[in-house]
Amino acid sequence: MENLIAPLIAAPLLGAAVLLLGGRRLDRVGHWVGTLLSATSFVFGLILFADLLGKDAEHRTLTQHLWTWISVGSFQADVTFRLDQLSMTFVLLITGVGSLIHLYSVGYMEHDERRRRFFGYLNLFLAAMLLLVLADNYLLLYVGWEGVGLASYLLIGFWQHKPSAATAAKKAFLVNRVGDMGLSIAIMLMFTTFGSFAFGPVLSHTGDTSEGKLTAIGLMLLLAACGKSAQVPLQSWLGDAMEGPTPVSALIHAATMVTAGVYLIVRSGAVFNAAPDAQLAVTVVGAVTLLFGAIVGCAKDDIKKALAGSTMSQIGYMVLAAGLGPIGYVFAIMHLVTHGFFKAGLFLGAGSVMHGMNDEVDMRRYGGLRKYMPVTFITFGLGYLAIIGFPGLSGFFSKDKIIEAAFAKGGTEGWILGGAALLGAAITAFYMTRVMLMTFFGEERWRNQPTRSPQAPSAEPAAEHRGEHAEPHPHESPKVMTIPMIVLAVGSVFGGAFFSIGDRFLHWLEPVTGHSEGDSPLSAAAVTGATMVCLVIGVAIAWAQYGRKPVPVVAPRGSLLTRAARRDLLQDDFNHVVLVRGGEHLTRSLVYVDHTLVDGVVNGTAAGFGGLSGRLRRLQNGFARSYAVSMFGGAALLVAATLLMRAV
Amino acid sequence: MNPVNYLYLAALLFTIGATGVLIRRNAIVVFMCIELMLNACNLAFVAFSRMHGNLDGQIIAFFTMVVAAAEVVVGLAIIVSLFRTRHSASVDDASLMKL
Amino acid sequence: MSFPLLTATAALPAIGAVATAAVPAARRSAAKWLALLVSLATLALAITVLVRFDPDGTRYQLTESHAWIKDFGVRYELGVDGIAVALIALTAVLIPFIILAGWHDADPLETGSRRWRPTQGFFALILAVEAMVVISFEATDVFLFYIFFEAMLIPMYFLIGGFGDRAHEHGEEAAATQRSYAAVKFLLYNLVGGLIMLAAVIGLYVVAGNFSLQEIAQARTNGSLHMATSTERWLFLGFFFAFAVKAPLWPLHTWLPNAMQESTAPVAVLITAVVDKVGTFAMLRFCLQLFPEASKWATPVILVLALISIVYGALLAVGQRDIKRLVAYASISHFGFIIMGIFAMTSQGQSGATLYMVNHGISTAALMLVAGFLISRRGSRLIGDYGGVQKVAPVLAGTFLIGGLATLSLPGLAPFVSEFLVLVGTFTRYPAIGVIATFGIVLAALYVLVLYQRTMTGPVKPEVSAMPDLRARELVVVAPLIVLLIFLGVYPKPVTDIVNPAVKQTMSDVHKSDPKPEVEAAK
Repeated sequence: MENLIAPLIAAPLLGAAVLLLGGRRLDRVGHWVGTLLSATSFVFGLILFADLLGKDAEHRTLTQHLWTWISVGSFQADVTFRLDQLSMTFVLLITGVGSLIHLYSVGYMEHDERRRRFFGYLNLFLAAMLLLVLADNYLLLYVGWEGVGLASYLLIGFWQHKPSAATAAKKAFLVNRVGDMGLSIAIMLMFTTFGSFAFGPVLSHTGDTSEGKLTAIGLMLLLAACGKSAQVPLQSWLGDAMEGPTPVSALIHAATMVTAGVYLIVRSGAVFNAAPDAQLAVTVVGAVTLLFGAIVGCAKDDIKKALAGSTMSQIGYMVLAAGLGPIGYVFAIMHLVTHGFFKAGLFLGAGSVMHGMNDEVDMRRYGGLRKYMPVTFITFGLGYLAIIGFPGLSGFFSKDKIIEAAFAKGGTEGWILGGAALLGAAITAFYMTRVMLMTFFGEERWRNQPTRSPQAPSAEPAAEHRGEHAEPHPHESPKVMTIPMIVLAVGSVFGGAFFSIGDRFLHWLEPVTGHSEGDSPLSAAAVTGATMVCLVIGVAIAWAQYGRKPVPVVAPRGSLLTRAARRDLLQDDFNHVVLVRGGEHLTRSLVYVDHTLVDGVVNGTAAGFGGLSGRLRRLQNGFARSYAVSMFGGAALLVAATLLMRAV
Repeated sequence: MNPVNYLYLAALLFTIGATGVLIRRNAIVVFMCIELMLNACNLAFVAFSRMHGNLDGQIIAFFTMVVAAAEVVVGLAIIVSLFRTRHSASVDDASLMKL
Repeated sequence: MSFPLLTATAALPAIGAVATAAVPAARRSAAKWLALLVSLATLALAITVLVRFDPDGTRYQLTESHAWIKDFGVRYELGVDGIAVALIALTAVLIPFIILAGWHDADPLETGSRRWRPTQGFFALILAVEAMVVISFEATDVFLFYIFFEAMLIPMYFLIGGFGDRAHEHGEEAAATQRSYAAVKFLLYNLVGGLIMLAAVIGLYVVAGNFSLQEIAQARTNGSLHMATSTERWLFLGFFFAFAVKAPLWPLHTWLPNAMQESTAPVAVLITAVVDKVGTFAMLRFCLQLFPEASKWATPVILVLALISIVYGALLAVGQRDIKRLVAYASISHFGFIIMGIFAMTSQGQSGATLYMVNHGISTAALMLVAGFLISRRGSRLIGDYGGVQKVAPVLAGTFLIGGLATLSLPGLAPFVSEFLVLVGTFTRYPAIGVIATFGIVLAALYVLVLYQRTMTGPVKPEVSAMPDLRARELVVVAPLIVLLIFLGVYPKPVTDIVNPAVKQTMSDVHKSDPKPEVEAAK
């Protein structure tokens, strides 16, 4: 059965190759080829899943060795895949959600002349992401890790004739590269410490080395996770990444790729378990990001950027849970899966709204859309209820468990982390209610607003081709788009309950990640109660601000915090001043130094010899008698020198 | 007579010749001074040959004479043709050989 | 007496060069085809060498040895180890692409013009360079190596100074001036290096009494040839200086940007992908083998210089406005990695460095040749003159992106394997240097993506709006290089298998073994 792992990756890879090399001939069928191969991969995943379920919990690991990749001395890297419960979960999420989003894109990208290429990139992404989660060693994981970064780069910059998209793509790749640096240093550390970087040898020998080494490895892995999962301080790229087409935001920047950091931390659990300092750093990063993302999400008027802030925040929850150690690993992954459903659903809903609204992204120009887009409204609404943790929906189960686990960490840390998570839940309720109210309720602010908002130019230039600049006529999206939304909404509603009843998810993952209950100072019921209170407060404030009063079409100036949050809490400004400007000055001055100093020394030497020969030339004055003088002088010197040497 | 005196004479002649080469402008005089220096050297060679009791110095003296004769032929020819073209025998006027 | 395969591999392009030069002026295109044919035949010979070479056999294989200058003990001695085989193969693979890419670079400027551009000369010179590079890789006699190491400068000088880009922003006169400046700079820099090396070669002869690499190395290992510490260090420095100029290592690098900027793209590839490799190759073969103790003594300084090259080259690449200069500085950064790998004195570092030489050759060729196609279309080397090419010429942009991604060492493409090996090899012995060098991968992403963004994306500039996409000839040049990049990225085993035993030998020459991991976890 393990021989099915390679085809799982090969199917989308084949799709990418065929679609990108196939040329214009495939324009008419390309999108279906891509979708079909993605679905094929999903079917392979289901077959493997059924196979794993048929085995005992302890024997649910399949490995497939393909070939030796790099072999130099003791440095051995193999192309080997490992399918266990953890990677299986990801495979199903990636190929499942991925196939749905392929289907959705068939409709969404219908009018784009480069649709074939879009599907090629999507398939490339699937292949890289599957490689990432199926790799049996960190170096192969690194290939997938950068592969998804490349796919993300290509897809964010898909409309690359727009300078903003090209810049956003470059920024995403660069920030990710900083994280990748962490991953490569971690791999090097593993190699010097363990002589290997395969999961098996590294993770089973963490007891044999010092805690300092493991902390260093852990921190480097955390840096990598921060880059890929948009965690503070490497979060700045995610908001800009919304320049990409909306299905990309749903698949890559919400459901799958950005959660790779969580996968990395959970996969390396053994390292973190033995390095409490690194774990603490992980929880701090998670807690800070969950608040950071939530605050940013509150202030954005661009629906996709508000959702991006939310994504950042929800991944913050997962990272926080992953940092808690065995108490939290399972819940991190569970939240990751449920988040994959509801956030992908929310993004697809947002895409559907934009599709019907001439690609307008400013929520202040929405309003009252529930009448015009019933399916989108219902699916988006279910996703909304799921993300705020409405009892019974999937977000409720997974988020509540994380908050419980944070308290179960114990001690002051537990209280701080738990408090942050609770606060985050309240803010989540606030900003999601805000998005919901501004988009689907209230007055129809898009009427009599034919011109688009100047400060938020369209993210979807397809509209420009279609010449739709008149007043929008909101309409429901075609079936090919609504069906994936419905499926994801079903997942958002029932996923959590399905996983939690009888602790199914816990028992499934426990053999890989381990689990411990921790020592909670609060009872589970108390935590749930507190979460509910936070939820109600958040919704109530949002209702008071955006539901009772009409929403102004032009954003009010807002408080200092609001203005800072609109600018991503000034992080970009900091980057711009320190890194971009500083870097420009550095390179410019280095170019100057290279030209004047380093090259100057060389050219100076050349000029020096030239000048010297110019001087020496003067000695050749053509007067025979002056030559005679120098000859006599030279002879006299020689004689004198000889005599002197003799005397000595 | 002490052969060292011949060396003194040779040195004196050489100095006269050298000074002449350096301070006179007339090519003929310079040329004669060069001859004087050559002969001073010959005298020194012969004197040393006598002092050390071997014939090497005398053989070299003959060599020098042959070379000097050849040099006279070439040198005078140059001076004559120089005088013909420039109507001057001054060495300072012939300063074309420079960079 | 078997067939002298190594001599044939070097002699064939040399004869081809003479034959190409002798083609009558009127039959220009015949010269091109002849040169291409000769380079392909050389490739066939190089492949034969590759096949006949047994990685697990003796150190030097296919050896040839004849007395040459008996009085000085100079012999015509050839032999290849794994490292040399890999580099000969690289050279032989790249030359046909260089010839094909430069197919029209030496055509007459205008028909009927008196400005005759010697087409035959261009291709003859390329073949001459190939011959000399190949024999430099093969020579196991120090003197023989030195002769061709230096003689290479002559054809290179004419290639740089004689054939520039068609279009130049300041007109043909200014172009000629800058070209000759670049060519003279190249020549003088390398001559100074060569001169110092000549002194060291003579010094080596005085100490050792012959020029045979194998004999001297053997005598050094079994102790029959003792060198005073200071003698060894001076000789090492003499050799190393010449190789560091050619490689080039900071701060001896400033000739490369000028030379690459002024020459045509194929010649720029010839410089950086082929000729410069002789420098790094010679460090491995001569510096480490002949002067192991001095090499170890100099290691800290060289590593720091290599590190500076990596970061400095990358930073300067970011600041360039000229596409070719950018690639040149990127190459300086990459040569820093190669030298760092060599002197890290670990098997990962040295195998990685050798692999890096091969991969850098291919990736730079891909990037630079596509850049050359781009430049020939627009007639400008300035990045700011482009924009939105992706929309007009998607295939060109795609291949340019792949070349760029290879340059930034994207996993899955060949340069990643070598760069990671070099980093790991350095890190195991010098963690701090390894970590700082890792910054290079971020900077590489920066300069490649900035270049791509400014030239290929954004709104289409009016000047590029009529730009044709890649033609068939150009695709024939680029496609195989990309296939090679992907193949060696996924399956580098064919190269590592050849290189590893040779590196093991070199490691034993310098009496070094890999550091042991703290925990023996790999079983």
